[in-house]
Amino acid sequence: MNRRRFLTILGSAGLASALSTAKTAHAAGGTHTWPYHENSYGVLHDTTRCIGCRRCEAGCNKVNNLPKPDKSFDDLSVLDKNRRMTPTSWTVVNKYELNGKPVFRKLQCFHCNDPACASACFAKCFQKQPDGSVAYDGSQCVGCRYCMVACPFYVPSFEYDDAWDPLVVKCTFCEPRLKEGKLPGCVEACPMDALTFGRRSDLIKVARARIKNNPGKYVDYIYGEWDAGGTAWMVLAPSAPVAASKDSHQATGHEFASLGLDTHLGNRPMGELTGGALGAVPMIVAFWPVLFGGAYAIAKRREAMHKAETETIVKEAKEDMAAAMDAAVRKIAETQGPGMADTARQAMADALKARENTCANCGHHGEDK
Amino acid sequence: MAHNIVIPTRDKLFNLGEFFTLTKGNILTAFILVGGLIITFIRFTQGIGSVANLSDVQPWGMWIGFDLLCGVSLAAGGYFTTVACYVMGMKHFHSAVRPAVTTAFLGYAFVVVALLYDLGHWWRLPYMFFFPGTTSVLFEVGLCVATYVTVLFVEFSVAPCEWLAEKFPFLIKWRALVNRFTIILTIFGVTLSTLHQSSLGSLFLIAPGKLHPLWYSPFIPMFFFVSSMAAGGSMVIFEGMLAHKGVHHYMDATHLKEADEVTFSFSKAVSFILFAYFMIKFTDMLVQANIPYLCSGYGAIWLLEMFGFILLPAFLYAKGSRERNLKLCRFAAVNTVLGIVFNRFNVSMIAYNYALPSAERYFPSIWEIWISCFVVTMIVTAYRFIVYHMPVLYEHPHFKDAH
Repeated sequence: MNRRRFLTILGSAGLASALSTAKTAHAAGGTHTWPYHENSYGVLHDTTRCIGCRRCEAGCNKVNNLPKPDKSFDDLSVLDKNRRMTPTSWTVVNKYELNGKPVFRKLQCFHCNDPACASACFAKCFQKQPDGSVAYDGSQCVGCRYCMVACPFYVPSFEYDDAWDPLVVKCTFCEPRLKEGKLPGCVEACPMDALTFGRRSDLIKVARARIKNNPGKYVDYIYGEWDAGGTAWMVLAPSAPVAASKDSHQATGHEFASLGLDTHLGNRPMGELTGGALGAVPMIVAFWPVLFGGAYAIAKRREAMHKAETETIVKEAKEDMAAAMDAAVRKIAETQGPGMADTARQAMADALKARENTCANCGHHGEDK
Repeated sequence: MAHNIVIPTRDKLFNLGEFFTLTKGNILTAFILVGGLIITFIRFTQGIGSVANLSDVQPWGMWIGFDLLCGVSLAAGGYFTTVACYVMGMKHFHSAVRPAVTTAFLGYAFVVVALLYDLGHWWRLPYMFFFPGTTSVLFEVGLCVATYVTVLFVEFSVAPCEWLAEKFPFLIKWRALVNRFTIILTIFGVTLSTLHQSSLGSLFLIAPGKLHPLWYSPFIPMFFFVSSMAAGGSMVIFEGMLAHKGVHHYMDATHLKEADEVTFSFSKAVSFILFAYFMIKFTDMLVQANIPYLCSGYGAIWLLEMFGFILLPAFLYAKGSRERNLKLCRFAAVNTVLGIVFNRFNVSMIAYNYALPSAERYFPSIWEIWISCFVVTMIVTAYRFIVYHMPVLYEHPHFKDAH
């Protein structure tokens, strides 16, 4: 491969990465209009209706053919401890306290409009589907678990104990059932109507209506409408006014934090946070070679100039030396005679040579320390 | 010369005697390697969960925090030294280039090895090239590291070529080719390094709720890149120090003569870099209005990192290089290296998941730590093998033309 060809390949690699990043920005960031997929589905979880009966957990377990848990789903004592999703339980209900009263919230994948996991996956295992679900395909999963780092809701879990096919596991929105026209297992199992399935755009209207028709009952906020760029699963929380104190004005929405929901995620997709850094890649690829190539050229040029300068100085010094020697010898010839002059010339030449030799050698001294 | 360097010849290519003497170092090496192999067997037959304390909330632990993040930043000596010598034209660093490139290559190669422990489907690592997730920072890291390992291998390959040239003369051609492309490889290397050193920081940009605000910053990629320069320079000094202890008898006169000057020059450079690093981190803290956090436990950790492991070594380096105090410079190098490790630990483990209750927090298991030590030991052993056989710390008499 000659140099030109090599450079051509380098250049096209840079261009290719620039183009792919540009395309990426178009697909992942930029200016979406919500809902992300028109007519996509979602679920509204009304925590004011949830009684923590764990039927949703049982329903999920049944329709997804998951192994039976040690403690049966009727055992409500598990609610005393905060739990999270595991590879064998894709949804759990936790109990929280609001103003001394228990409030239950169901945890599962939120099925984000623009999921962080999909943005973080370097093998393209996650896909936001038009029906609203975020699908995971483990067949090309490398098991790096960056999706778990990325997910702002700590949703994905990992089969750490499997040596040969450990995969990331999370709620599927019962996508196979949706395709058959059935409800997700948990929604179907809920006896309290705390989970409402529907088109995301309709659910937002439903939620607004409930907030409006029940003054004082709900926090005036739909968690997931905008959080992290919007999610398919959304949460309503009961209003729990804090006792009038001087900081009550900033307490709006504290209910969601008490339910274990992060209220600082912002309204943009998490993936956009890495957009800037990734966008700088083609710039660096394009500019660094110029910068460092330039530094190299400057260093080389300086070296050449330095060398030329040194040579000139040495040459001048040598000429000066020769002229001085010549003058001295002439003087000696005038005053002491030509024989003396020859001896002096020889002595001076010898002395110079000896000095040059010592100088050439001095580079090889200075040994071990 | 005070010592004779053992240079392998055509008839006696190997010089393995050093590994089989009963020294403390060799016994410790054997102990760690045997234990590591057993844990390796368990890890790859019983799964990650059988040896690691990782959980669903802490998917990345010691193996990413130390082996990957620290491994890559501490292997930055490769680009740091080659840029100083070849691009900036500081020819008096020439004898430092080969050791730096060797350790960088080993560092990166073993980062990839260590990564396999952490990956669930380690054999699918190449999948990222078949199904490229271009929106992922990890994809960029993977692509750059893969390419840079190749570049480092090519840069390093001249040493084994010189070792084996008598037996396989065709290697001389490859060596000449690599030497012709030195400057291109160097610039390619620094570009890739800039990208992936910074991207290791960018990995955490997607998790603002999990990383403590004192460490989370939109500028975290810049912090990682700038600190990698300090790490690279310090590692050259630190490794030089260790090499003088262990493999002094493989260093030739040029190397020994230039070694101190390398230490002092690098000390001065790293001093400036550390000051800059301190300033950008401090400014970022002010700009993000993080002062209130300084009065918490995490604030104390942050201040310790900033003052004890960035500003202190910056001063020590400045003083050491000014007074030409070798010991002080070496102390500062160790201080800096520990600081980089501390920072990477903070970002990936200590200040990660800071909001979770302590019961859900992570502490590495003894076996995870052992594997990390195992990897370091493998690097040291490979380095020793290379130094015993290849012209890294000396110039091969047949190839004196190198520069």
